[in-house]
Amino acid sequence: MTTQSESLNSQPSTLNFPLSEFLQQLLNGLSLGAIYALIALGYTMVYGVLRFINFAHSDVFMVGSFIGYYAGKHVPERTYWGGLLVLVVAMLGCALLGMLIERLCYRRLRGSATLNVLITAIGVSLLLEYSGQVFFGATPRTFPDIFPSTNFAFGSLVISSNQILVIVVATLLMVALQLIVYRTKIGTAMRAVSLNPKAAQLVGVNNDIVISFTFGLGSALAAAGGILYAINYPSIDPLMGVMPGLKAFVAAVLGGIGNIPGAALGGLLLGTVETFVNGSQWSTYKDAIAFAILIGILLFRPAGLLGKFTVEKV
Amino acid sequence: MLSVTDLEVCYGSISALRGVSFTIPQGSIVTLIGGNGAGKTTTLRTISGLLRAKSGTVNFLGEDITSLPAHKIVARGLSHVPEGRMVFSNLTVGENLSMGAYLLSDKAVIAKNRDYVFSIFPRMKERLKQTAGTLSGGEQQMLAIGRALMGNPKFLMLDEPSLGIAPRLISTIFEKIVEINRTHGITILLVEQNANLALEVSQHAYVLETGAIVMSGESKKLRADPQLKATYLGG
Ligand SMILES: Nc1ncnc2c1ncn2[C@@H]1O[C@H](COP(=O)(O)OP(=O)(O)OP(=O)(O)O)[C@@H](O)[C@H]1O
Ligand SMILES: [Mg+2]
Repeated sequence: MTTQSESLNSQPSTLNFPLSEFLQQLLNGLSLGAIYALIALGYTMVYGVLRFINFAHSDVFMVGSFIGYYAGKHVPERTYWGGLLVLVVAMLGCALLGMLIERLCYRRLRGSATLNVLITAIGVSLLLEYSGQVFFGATPRTFPDIFPSTNFAFGSLVISSNQILVIVVATLLMVALQLIVYRTKIGTAMRAVSLNPKAAQLVGVNNDIVISFTFGLGSALAAAGGILYAINYPSIDPLMGVMPGLKAFVAAVLGGIGNIPGAALGGLLLGTVETFVNGSQWSTYKDAIAFAILIGILLFRPAGLLGKFTVEKV
Repeated sequence: MLSVTDLEVCYGSISALRGVSFTIPQGSIVTLIGGNGAGKTTTLRTISGLLRAKSGTVNFLGEDITSLPAHKIVARGLSHVPEGRMVFSNLTVGENLSMGAYLLSDKAVIAKNRDYVFSIFPRMKERLKQTAGTLSGGEQQMLAIGRALMGNPKFLMLDEPSLGIAPRLISTIFEKIVEINRTHGITILLVEQNANLALEVSQHAYVLETGAIVMSGESKKLRADPQLKATYLGG
């Protein structure tokens, strides 16, 4: 077995360069992108129903990792059932947290100016980050090995089981989300509320319940992102959400804010681009690339890749 | 069936309704006419719970519904087809109709309501998979009415169903409104700027002007009223 860093540093043989190098980066990029996608979905869904960016979302992602960290101590290490149990606990915990944040902080601001809500969101974000430092401590912790992990080497291409896990779990969750949003009654209600909240009320939708559900769903996905992230980057701290959160936000804008498939696509693209930049001679710019993309998209295609400016017939 | 008493509604410091009262008997078609900005839409939105009254009461089937949230008012059988139709533009016609039956859970009842909507607006059946935003204005109006009918309403409020619709379709839609009232016994409150048409299909009418009722009576009689003729019926 080879470790990932060795494989990345090893001199490429004439046979498998550059294809295997390319595949390696692609795989790394997709697994990072899948995590961005999971977080981006929460931003985009909340934007869909309430038209504001929930900046506290990145910290819900962080709390997800910490719930996983503590829950991980109560299950045997390196087992699939233990790992999945931790995942489910973190998702449920964060779903509750997300709904609580909406209920206590955002609901009473319904109908007030967007700026007020945005400032509140920043406030909630800071509250979570600094409460995290109080309760969890500011020093980074090492996330336990909750899932069994092995590396598979194909020539110089190394696939870690954790990467596969990230991609599989993220894909399953996104498929489940798609089914919920497009095949269930509450999902249809979510789309209806996002299209026209007044008309939704007029057919009997309780918008509060739908909005609460949306926060729960988005936060559960962020928690899954938090666990999957921590499995691959096992040093966690209360400010860990800031960077991935910003990038996921960029991913959501890239895909078209409010557009669910767009968020998934934006996440995968951003993760892949970032990984390729990181593996190139411009690696110092790996974090800057996200923001370059943000500026580019805002300038040239503000509706995002899959978003469109819909003109409603009146 | 519905009685509104001394309704006052404000937008911030602007007063839109200044003590509006009227009653609507079961089984009838009643119309509320008035010019731009008279307060017609405001009246309907207050009844359906989208707006809060500053004072006054709305009583529906013997129950005070003034302070109920909109989704609970629909649940009592009072349905509002809003101005501008407000169909869910990215949802298909079928999904829009399903949303209309949001509060129903009995599949047989939902299927029956759907058949009823198709019998009134056969075009909705043809367009089932089409995105609502791509329908013509008249078709969107049919969909908006169909969506309201999906929920089994006892009382239907229609806000300017003729607005922005081809004249040919207007008469079809008004025929259907009468049919819904006759065959299904659904009481109707019709808001219109097109006073001629509204007075033709209704039994009773109220005239609203800058937030107050200025005239009311049998539609037949109002059609002959010289003052009303001059102001609303084009001479
Ligand atoms: N959201 C709002 N904010 C402030 N004022 C409003 C608002 N909506 C309506 N108004 C005002 O309230 C008054 C009544 O408006 P309303 O929409 O009820 O009139 P209407 O009779 O439905 O007119 P129209 O036939 O043009 O639809 C108008 O003077 C209007 O300017
Ligand atoms: Mg109006």
